[in-house]
Amino acid sequence: MSVLAHVFEAAGLATVALGSVRSQIERTAPPRGLFCDFPLGRPLGKPGDPEFQHRVLAHAFDMVEHATHPTVETFAESIADDGESAISCPLPPRHDASLPPAVDEAQGLRPAFDRAVKAHGDTAGTGRCVAPDDIPAAIAAFGRVADGVPWKQAGIPGIPARVAQDIRGYYETAALALIAHTPAAWETTRWFLHHTEAGKVIKAARVAMEAADEKRALWFYLVPSGI
Amino acid sequence: MADHDVKAMTADIECPVFDTTAFTIPRPLSECTVAVVTTASLHHRDQADFSAGDTSFRVLDGSHRDFVLGHWSPNFDASGYAMDVNVVLPLDRLDELAASGRIGSVANRHVSFAGNQFELSTVRLDSGPQAAQLLLADGVDVVLLTPV
Repeated sequence: MSVLAHVFEAAGLATVALGSVRSQIERTAPPRGLFCDFPLGRPLGKPGDPEFQHRVLAHAFDMVEHATHPTVETFAESIADDGESAISCPLPPRHDASLPPAVDEAQGLRPAFDRAVKAHGDTAGTGRCVAPDDIPAAIAAFGRVADGVPWKQAGIPGIPARVAQDIRGYYETAALALIAHTPAAWETTRWFLHHTEAGKVIKAARVAMEAADEKRALWFYLVPSGI
Repeated sequence: MADHDVKAMTADIECPVFDTTAFTIPRPLSECTVAVVTTASLHHRDQADFSAGDTSFRVLDGSHRDFVLGHWSPNFDASGYAMDVNVVLPLDRLDELAASGRIGSVANRHVSFAGNQFELSTVRLDSGPQAAQLLLADGVDVVLLTPV
């Protein structure tokens, strides 16, 4: 992103770049950089908190207004991630015992997903390569990979990492309709990965693909780094 | 898995170095038109999705705020954006700043690139300057850059 800042300034645009990784924003040295110690994915800090977002913007625009030379500053407030907390979220009971648990679970979450989309839109959920109706089948395909079927023969409907993103997005979007608060960063991700059947399937498929000596790029990005 | 673990894995990524840093002093902020350029791979639902390693950009129409998140990396929280797009693309906040007179106006069009790029020469020499010219043609003075 800092590359764009350099390019834009050279073209005659004044810029201010927000950044959540201190080492990156310091090393790339954008003309005006504001380090905000917030979790990745939330550069304005707090969703649904206009006052907080305005404080970030106020600092950023103060830099635009007053800086006379390249500078990197630090926003005064930090948001920490404890690395452990997950949302407490009800999961649907078993409905069709003939289905794999993760597939049954995904189907059971569909009403919640639809409610969340109605409330917030489907902005980060599905549709990169898998439509909501096809999420259960995509999970079933990863289940076959976890059972040892080569991924190309398992019926994964696209590039595995992209499909996994849609599955994760489906779950994390559905979760928004099942909780009564704004989740802290990563809390829905940890819920998906550690508390849902689908998360277990994705992780098991990742292990199976690595064990099968598939290309690292195909399995590594199925889940966030550090899993 | 913790946010600081993910950040630590990016800490040593090689970063481009610029010999000089261009620096533009804008007009008074209350007269400036402000646009947002994000590297969150946002796009309208009817626009082409970003491919992996995509160095092109999408033009975002500020009057149709149906932006979807197309970033390929799994290494960021997406739930915040799912609840409130302003946490990445703060157009509602900019509208409020324009209404209050803090900034002059909000651009009609904004720009989205794909972050997490390792081959940056195209962005630096081709698509980046193209986006700059588009924004300048729209009368933009100031750009707020946001990652995910």
